[in-house]
Amino acid sequence: MSANPHIPVSDPAALDDWFDRRFEEKMAAREADHVPSMTLIATKGTLDMAYPPFILASTAAALGWDVSVFFTFYGLALLKKELDLKVTPLGNPAMPLKLPSGPAWLRDHELNIPTALMAAVPGFEGLATTLMKKTLGNKGVAAIEELRELCVEADVKLVACQMTVDLFGWEKEDFIPGVSDWVGAASFLPTALKADVNLFV
Amino acid sequence: MDATRQTLDARGLNCPLPILRTRKSLGAMAAGETLQVLATDPGSVKDMESFCAQTGNELVSSGQEDGQFVFLIRKA
Repeated sequence: MSANPHIPVSDPAALDDWFDRRFEEKMAAREADHVPSMTLIATKGTLDMAYPPFILASTAAALGWDVSVFFTFYGLALLKKELDLKVTPLGNPAMPLKLPSGPAWLRDHELNIPTALMAAVPGFEGLATTLMKKTLGNKGVAAIEELRELCVEADVKLVACQMTVDLFGWEKEDFIPGVSDWVGAASFLPTALKADVNLFV
Repeated sequence: MDATRQTLDARGLNCPLPILRTRKSLGAMAAGETLQVLATDPGSVKDMESFCAQTGNELVSSGQEDGQFVFLIRKA
């Protein structure tokens, strides 16, 4: 409700002023009422790449945002009931290798193991996964299961790519009940169009 | 001492757990009640400011005591 109902229609300059003021007021009100929103497309299924989607989604939800995450391709694995996520140093040359157990001087030291050697040793991926999980635990970082549960509690929409389910021959029963929808790209893109932040992991 | 104050021990937890636990605790509280949060994550200082600014809750105080961070938040 404008405090001054007298709209100066006959005076162009005054009308301009009135309009500018009203416009600013309306825009400010709209901005104040706006709920920030975010969509995230999760395409990776490794332990290290599981963290960005769940941390960003749960934190945005904690800030009161509207969040939707589309899990497709390998990312769909993050919605399985039984999570068996692994991490590999192969293809991750930036991964710092520090042992999570042992004497302090050793734990502080970054090991310099050539990638070729890692690729050649069988079971190295399993070892890297175990060490990574221990490191995460030591540093008080939540497990993926916990972050995922927090997302569900915070009403983050966890959207599964139906095409990927068919592609890998999986069943809906394999996934957590918290999955909010099973759709394709055409259904997810309109949500992304309206969102303030759109991320691809 | 505020009789309705609750304490959330988020020490030893790293991002984003301090914020997520805070949000959960506040959810169970009534408007005007205060929550004291203890944390060791240095990132939690900025996070708490951001969380309160974004959610409209009041960050009454933010400080350090005996090597831990202490926050006082009043629910809006």
